[in-house]
Amino acid sequence: MNDFLIIKDGVAPFLSILIFLPLAGALLLFLTGNENFARFLALIVTLLTAAVSMPLYFGFDTTTAKYQFGEHHAWIPAFDINYTLGVDGISLLLVLMTTLLMPLCVLGSWKYIQKRVREFMVCLLIMEASMIGVFVALDFVLFYVLWEAMLIPMYLLIAIWGGPRKTYASIKFFLYTLAGSVMLLVAIIALYLHNNSFSIPMMMGQEYSSLFQVLVFLAFFLAFAIKVPMFPFHTWLPAAHVEAPTAGSVILASVLLKMGTYGFLRFCLPITPEATLFFVPYILWLSVAGILYGGFTALAQSDMKKLIAYSSVGHMGFVTLGIFVLNKNGIEGAILQMINHGVTTGALFLCVGMIYERTHSRELADATGIGKLMPWYVTFLGFFSLSSLAFPGTNSFVGEFLILVGGFTKYKIIAGCAIPGAVLAAAYMLRMLQKVVWGGTNNPAHSGLGDLNMREIATLAPLLLFVFWIGLSPEPFMEIMHTSVANLLDQVNSAGGAGISMATLIP
Amino acid sequence: MKLFAPELWVLTGCLILFGVSLFKVSSRTVKLWVGFIALINIVVTSLTLFQEGPLFFNAYQIDLFSQLFKLLVAVGLGVVVLLGNEFPGIEKEVKAEYYLFMLLSSLGLMMVVSCVELLSLFIALELSSFALYLMVPMRDDRSGVRSQMESAAKYILFGVMATGIMLFGMSYLFGLTGTTYLGELLPRLHSIADQPAAVVGITMVLAGFFFKLGLFPFHFWLPDVYQGATNETTAFIASVPKLAAVALLIRVSALYLPEGQTASLLLGGLAVFSMFYGNLLALVQKDIKRMLGFSGIAHAGYVMLGILVLGETGYATSVFYIVAYLVMNLACFLVICNVAGKGENLQIDDLTGLYQRAPLLALILGISMFALAGIPPFAGFMGKFMLLTGALKQGYLAVVIMAAINTAISIYYYLSVVRVAYCSAADEVTPVPVSPLIKMAGVMLVLIILVMGIVPSTFLNMATQAIRTIL
Repeated sequence: MNDFLIIKDGVAPFLSILIFLPLAGALLLFLTGNENFARFLALIVTLLTAAVSMPLYFGFDTTTAKYQFGEHHAWIPAFDINYTLGVDGISLLLVLMTTLLMPLCVLGSWKYIQKRVREFMVCLLIMEASMIGVFVALDFVLFYVLWEAMLIPMYLLIAIWGGPRKTYASIKFFLYTLAGSVMLLVAIIALYLHNNSFSIPMMMGQEYSSLFQVLVFLAFFLAFAIKVPMFPFHTWLPAAHVEAPTAGSVILASVLLKMGTYGFLRFCLPITPEATLFFVPYILWLSVAGILYGGFTALAQSDMKKLIAYSSVGHMGFVTLGIFVLNKNGIEGAILQMINHGVTTGALFLCVGMIYERTHSRELADATGIGKLMPWYVTFLGFFSLSSLAFPGTNSFVGEFLILVGGFTKYKIIAGCAIPGAVLAAAYMLRMLQKVVWGGTNNPAHSGLGDLNMREIATLAPLLLFVFWIGLSPEPFMEIMHTSVANLLDQVNSAGGAGISMATLIP
Repeated sequence: MKLFAPELWVLTGCLILFGVSLFKVSSRTVKLWVGFIALINIVVTSLTLFQEGPLFFNAYQIDLFSQLFKLLVAVGLGVVVLLGNEFPGIEKEVKAEYYLFMLLSSLGLMMVVSCVELLSLFIALELSSFALYLMVPMRDDRSGVRSQMESAAKYILFGVMATGIMLFGMSYLFGLTGTTYLGELLPRLHSIADQPAAVVGITMVLAGFFFKLGLFPFHFWLPDVYQGATNETTAFIASVPKLAAVALLIRVSALYLPEGQTASLLLGGLAVFSMFYGNLLALVQKDIKRMLGFSGIAHAGYVMLGILVLGETGYATSVFYIVAYLVMNLACFLVICNVAGKGENLQIDDLTGLYQRAPLLALILGISMFALAGIPPFAGFMGKFMLLTGALKQGYLAVVIMAAINTAISIYYYLSVVRVAYCSAADEVTPVPVSPLIKMAGVMLVLIILVMGIVPSTFLNMATQAIRTIL
């Protein structure tokens, strides 16, 4: 039955190790008392996890669309629920991004987090385990369990270590995402009853009735659109971002938001292709609305974290745009842009966190003119800002370019409407950069500001490396996804059939 | 003799306590005695787990189903006795009697799950109920609230009414079929299932069980009794009798298997009402026991999802869920009983900064709250997931969606408890003393919650096997 999965005997179960290593680390942390030790232990565990993920990259076969590094064990036989793991070209990059970002998150919260350090690191590690799990799970129940389990540590990260309005932000985040995903649960069960299996690949390419597809799609869409978040489901995001501690913001922006778009790619497109085709125009317009809305609101922000949070709404709009234009360039651009947004926005949040550690303010007005005092800092900030506004030569340029190329081939008007979003990005990013780097006033409170230390440089440097690596030579990354994306498009297009119209839905 | 051993042992325990209550003894001695009895009870019930056979002219059935529930009752009793420490909320003079009634109630509940004849079932049920009615007003009155009297009165009055209705329903069934044996009722009922009297009779009998379970609209006693009784009494009432109620519901609803469709509709309606009523009212509660009371009404609704499916898997998942509920509830009450050192009622705000005062208790509370809310990877999620799957399989899409919406609603109040305990700091940190034994029990409960959530197969298979013995 598992012909979609490549299970090799004698190969270490890398995916399981990736999930259970952080969990083991969390358990170990529970038993330690020393806070400094907790930091080191968390760093070591995340670095180890990153190291374990490397064989995935080097051992990945780019010629097949099958799921690789597969594992399959029975879990709850009474309901045919299995522990099935595997990665393809779409999930591999996301897994790698997660494992590589986590050590940086630990480094980024090294000094930022001063109270309850041990518990903080436990939350980070549990997050890591469930995030990786979400990307590699090939059984829907396993996926859902990990998808939901992740809410608990994220909730605690915001609610305990967050800013002044942490209670409001954390509860809003939790309720919003949960409300979306309970419908997902119902859809999953409905799919199970149709297929008698919870295996995700088995659910793809099946014949479902139009109404069934539409209902399932809507349930999926609600859960994933909230997670992305797409306009108008985005209202939890700025609050959560602003209140979360730096590492929380980084994880939220870099990985959590990607779960929504990953959900679209992994479930909506291949499982409910006809419904997807039916809803494409609406979703594309929503994406454009998100791009423009995110851009304009970001322009109006005086809080740097809010600015970046709203810019995320815009950037993710580009990603959903790329996914739902349903062609090779669009989807590959979207996947690449998911990674880019993770790298760039994660880095920007780290940058804001570094200022906040020094001045205890995130207001643009308070940060004016620190460029003179912190040359290293503004160098990094400058490059990441350029990346965020998709400057040629940086990573985001490649992604956005591909998405727009994909868009213009089929939906010229919609893609045209998204162009101003790119201009807006330049406007708000340059505005921030201008204030922070070239702002003229001499703020007496800044007299004692020190530049980045080695730890902070070590946190940002790897991200900068990726900004230019992807920007100048994206092919090693694109290569991984070509076959899987082609396969995905085959699944969508072959389902074309009679298509769904309003008339077929209303009996 | 071997078949009846658990009940006999509890009866012996009752007699021992009766003897003890005649003399003036310290509450410590009483506690030791009860602990001993409860412990042996668990051992005895687990030894008789795989016994089988009829007793008392076939009115009493020993099978895996009944023995499993007896074991669960014994475990529930054991945990309540353990977590009660020395039952600070109970008046000193009546401590021995209090334990005596708790044991009597357990005896009744253990008999209920074995009864397959209406009258003996009725007597067993009343034995357990009357003991409970007496336990509620035994609360120490030094606080001067006297709410225990009010709640006890409510409990008795509503309880007696429910009993009356149930007895009336039983008389209908007897009148229609000429037998009180459940096994003989079944075939005879099938031939007359379309008669209104049969439906009315069964519904009235079920109403009595719904009262025990706290299902809407038989829930009126529940929040008040939860609030009025001492923490330990509430812990007992909230978990152990509900087990027996589910066992009874399964036994009786298994009676009308093929013709159950109309009744299923009714059960589905009650389930949905229970969920909404319980969850919406729990949102606004300040007293934690009251909140758990309302959430208990909602959980009764979830359990019904499995029962209205009317089949092996449905029943098995109901059993799974009620066991999970027992464990999650006991874990919650373990925290409540220990934080309220003097047996006072806790407001949710009293848990502020619990993580500083007792980190382990805060963790136990947090996990049990997430579990009750149905967040993976805990037992509550697995239970709900299987219930929803079963119900959807039978085509109850609307009910399932309602249940899903309710899960989202309930998160808010469960989360607020976690938030208070974990995210806000206490003004002054007074550590909560927790004995090693309690710590161990708490960790055990949390582990069970985790194991049931992550590898539910063992528990589910056990429940399925037990269900097979009665179908």
